[in-house]
Amino acid sequence: MAVQTTFNFDQMLSNAREAYGEELLRMADEGLSFVFTYTDNVAMSTAAGKMIQKYPDRCFNFGIAEPDQVGASCGLALAGNVVYSQVFGPFLPLRAADQIHTDIAYNDVNVRLIGTHAGVTAGGGPTHNDIADLALYRAIPNLTVVVPADAGQCVRTIRQSYDFEGPMIIRINRGGSPDVYASNDYEFVFGKAIETLPGSDATIIATGSCVYEGMMAAKKLQEKGYSIRVIDMHTIKPLDYDMIAKCAAETGCIVTVEEASINGGLGSGVAEFLMENGYHCKFARVGLPDEFALLGGLEEVYHYYGMDADGIAAKLTRLLG
Amino acid sequence: MPDPITAAEIRELEDKAYKLRKDLLTFSTRINMSHLGGELSLMDMVTAIYYRYLNYDFSDPKWDDRDRFILSKGHCSEDLYMIFADKGLYTIDYIVDHFETLTTAQFGQHSNRKYVPYIEISAGSLGHGLPIAVGYALGARYRKKNYRIYCVVGDGELAEGTNWEAMMAAAHYNLGNLVLIIDKNGLSMTGFTKDVMNIDPLDERIRAFGFDVRQCQGNDMKSVCEALDALPEPDFATPRKPVCIISNTTKGYGVDFMENNWKWHGGGLAKEQLAEALASLEKKRSGK
Repeated sequence: MAVQTTFNFDQMLSNAREAYGEELLRMADEGLSFVFTYTDNVAMSTAAGKMIQKYPDRCFNFGIAEPDQVGASCGLALAGNVVYSQVFGPFLPLRAADQIHTDIAYNDVNVRLIGTHAGVTAGGGPTHNDIADLALYRAIPNLTVVVPADAGQCVRTIRQSYDFEGPMIIRINRGGSPDVYASNDYEFVFGKAIETLPGSDATIIATGSCVYEGMMAAKKLQEKGYSIRVIDMHTIKPLDYDMIAKCAAETGCIVTVEEASINGGLGSGVAEFLMENGYHCKFARVGLPDEFALLGGLEEVYHYYGMDADGIAAKLTRLLG
Repeated sequence: MPDPITAAEIRELEDKAYKLRKDLLTFSTRINMSHLGGELSLMDMVTAIYYRYLNYDFSDPKWDDRDRFILSKGHCSEDLYMIFADKGLYTIDYIVDHFETLTTAQFGQHSNRKYVPYIEISAGSLGHGLPIAVGYALGARYRKKNYRIYCVVGDGELAEGTNWEAMMAAAHYNLGNLVLIIDKNGLSMTGFTKDVMNIDPLDERIRAFGFDVRQCQGNDMKSVCEALDALPEPDFATPRKPVCIISNTTKGYGVDFMENNWKWHGGGLAKEQLAEALASLEKKRSGK
């Protein structure tokens, strides 16, 4: 049974990048004990900035030095603290890959690494595009990787991660983006994907803010008479293989959507599972191709690479033939 | 400040370091996987720390107030295994039987905290220990804990930029409970550090990064102990400079054919070389 979602997107814009800080501030106000590390990119006008000002003893700025920040986050966790750590875009997976692998995952510490501006959402071209992270994270043992679909889910991820045992990556791609969920009382369990729209002709398995684009694509195809299921695969590691199997068996056609390189991320994970388990279903991946993304406005980049609702619908239409 | 160390106590520690070096060389012939050069250069320092200075209870390795010893040059973990064996926590036979043995492995060339509770961090990749130590020191201050964080870094390892990021942070946050110890044996994996990537003048550089820099002769127990005796008392509430001890050592110390020879960075000691190595070690000891 699908959870209640909203198509009334225009009225439901909210900002996951703000939401994580607001939730941390709430948690601190409630007396929950944790520390926060960050690089020199958290503006004091943001919610996270307000937390830093209100609770300076527990917030540590590492300047522009992500490896040091992530390594020190390991030490803070080993000293008995729950650690939230925010890094901008590609500088988390690319600069601090060794620290994520060795200090956080191998040392198995309670650090939640919050990567903001994931995908192409930072703008500014390939130096600021975070496209290789999902492939990297999928290959690192002992990581749990969550990509919230909207601001409300981001808040729930931050809150639920407090008691989570082990390392976690929380990947936030868009800032201001439409809410997928009408309310926040749905069941949300790490590793359990959510059916946001029922359907029987094909399945869109999307992650992060791509869930919204997937919903819009399904709506467009609905108008053409197709019944398209949409899955919010908010946890990229571990993937919900039961849900993938169910969708393959019931709809026979899957399109994955992610704001990351199509190599090694969600689409690759779904394809590996389908092939290894003998599912002969139609399949396509939507995401960034194997090239450095062209320079342009965010919506233009999405459109160019077929990652918006039109692009997803077009790909699905071709696949359904 | 602890009481100044006596000549008899120094002699005792020297005897212990000698015994641990013998254990290490013998152990190395059994597993054939070691990093003897750096392990031998470091042995006096870790002996002094573990047998005199570290505030640590081996019966309670998770004790929250314990001093932390972080071995950033994780490839020298066999020094620690020999200490753990000497302390009666494991027999050397047990370590050999659980050394990189797949499903029964607890010990490896690089330290792993998951399988050995007396190890603070899983390490191996270089340039990781000091940032973690910085986090530890910040975390201790946040939790109002008064313990010391010792972090041993190799001199070749200092080419890794994360060390300098962490030094900046340690000084920025006035982490006076952090003690960075550099095992400056002058050799990297394939040659002299000055030829591979020069780090000198090291004292000036680290001082410029905001540390209280001291020096000792790292293979002279008296000098090592004097440096450790002179450390300021841990005091989380007082912001002050972190301390760096540059421990000037000889790679492969104690075994003449290993000393200052980069070829002994990695690899084990062959059984047929053991007698010669032990004889060399004994000669060095009796020459003191």
